[in-house]
Amino acid sequence: MSTLTTQLRAELNVVRRNGEQLLVTLGIPLLLLGFFSVVDVLPTNEKDPVNFLVPGILALAVMSTSMVSLGIATGFERTYLVLKRLAATPLGTSRLIAAKTLSIAVVEAVQMILLISLGFILGWSPQHANWLLALCAVVLGTFAFAGIGLFLAGNLRGEVNLAASNGLYLVLLLIGGIVFPLSKLPGALSAISRCLPTAALSDVLRDALMSAGQHTTSSWVVLLVWAIAAPAVAAKTFKWN
Amino acid sequence: MSAVVVENLTIRYGDFVAVDDISFQAEFGEVTAILGPNGAGKTSTIETCEGYRAPTIGAVQVLEKNPFTERTSLHSEVGVMLQEGGVYPSARVHETIAQYCALYNRGVDPATLLAAVDLESKASSTWRRLSGGEKQRMLLALALAARPRVAFLDEPTSGVDINGRDAIRHIINDLAANGTAVILATHELDEAERLAQRVVLFYHGKIVANAPLSTLRSARHELRFSSSPTLNVQELSAHIGLVVTLEQDQYVVRIDSADTSFSSELVQRVTTWLNVNNLPLNNLSVGAQRLEDIFRNLTGGTQ
Repeated sequence: MSTLTTQLRAELNVVRRNGEQLLVTLGIPLLLLGFFSVVDVLPTNEKDPVNFLVPGILALAVMSTSMVSLGIATGFERTYLVLKRLAATPLGTSRLIAAKTLSIAVVEAVQMILLISLGFILGWSPQHANWLLALCAVVLGTFAFAGIGLFLAGNLRGEVNLAASNGLYLVLLLIGGIVFPLSKLPGALSAISRCLPTAALSDVLRDALMSAGQHTTSSWVVLLVWAIAAPAVAAKTFKWN
Repeated sequence: MSAVVVENLTIRYGDFVAVDDISFQAEFGEVTAILGPNGAGKTSTIETCEGYRAPTIGAVQVLEKNPFTERTSLHSEVGVMLQEGGVYPSARVHETIAQYCALYNRGVDPATLLAAVDLESKASSTWRRLSGGEKQRMLLALALAARPRVAFLDEPTSGVDINGRDAIRHIINDLAANGTAVILATHELDEAERLAQRVVLFYHGKIVANAPLSTLRSARHELRFSSSPTLNVQELSAHIGLVVTLEQDQYVVRIDSADTSFSSELVQRVTTWLNVNNLPLNNLSVGAQRLEDIFRNLTGGTQ
């Protein structure tokens, strides 16, 4: 087994063993999609709320895996000196990051399969979906949220990072265009939300899956800036132990 | 070649000087003990040798490589045991040992390693369920997974019970016997005395002694005897020109000299003085000083 495969397996074991991570990455997105698709209480401007919800919940899934799950696990790895010990093996930083990236990809693939399947079961009917564009959005979103998660993980103590990541997750869930359309938020809050990676990712995913990606240039720009800036800041400020 | 060469190393954290212009070497097939009280600079030095930080001034070479700039290639032959932690609490013992065996890829069989550190019965346990001694043995196993040519072990017996200590000592002795350069950082002088061939004594970031343990001890003797509790230590000290102390019902005179004729002469003078003062003399012994006493002497009485 190669060094990379060995570490990938260890990373996936950590995800599998942490119940709270599974709750955030799989439980909450599936629950929100199922509940709000069936109970039509959200002001989605859609005849069928599932059409609004699926792209937003896919964005939520990306955020939960690459920001919350990765960030919390990495933060505790710092606290428990796991990263410090791994740094004294032939693994090297690049393969450690590659293993973490691949583990995110594996979890996100599982999330996408489950959420899209549930969406179809609940009656989701994507119009002119551009799946390649949606995949690009997921990749950019992963970079952006991983950057935010690793920034928090690399600068805060394990418990503080846990609280900060979960708090940010809740805020971005509410004002990030995932379950509530940005047009329904108050003016100033709506303007701030449009600059957040969650809103940008929800918007481009919604557009890519429902309108073939025709109308979202500004959101692509916002997402791209976050995808470059957040990992760069994380890399610059990350403290290994 | 020496396994580890430290030359004129200085480590600063801002204005604080943790390690101040030290030099020493560690050889293959030997246990080199890095000794000193907490905060003496041991861990900073070890971590620089492990490649975690660059020297502020000076140079460090491990297996003729720079541990900071050639870290990844060097670490395939270097075993590291951190002072604490290093394992995820939910990680299982056998999985973690197998993971490190695979990462080092040096042909170490995880099952054999598990048996070597006597953790077979805990193979399925998670890290958080292990006792202090079991955790130390597991951390040692992770260092052994490298089949190391150089092993850096930071406080390996800290918090370990007597049986666990014996097991760890046995493994460390085996490592050195098989040619590994073992660098053992500890503040437990007794532990170093049992394991080390060479001793590097740290105090306030400086090295106050660097020599084979046998040389260090043979250069310093002590005279111990029992007598009346009314013995006037000041008078005896003045008579023999050396400090006499009372330690656990025994009078002790320490001699920083390898000259055995001086010890004989001292015995003669003490015996005569006791005779003249009509004081008894029992359990007289002359021998090498313990490391703890040597350290106290070199650092002005502090441990």
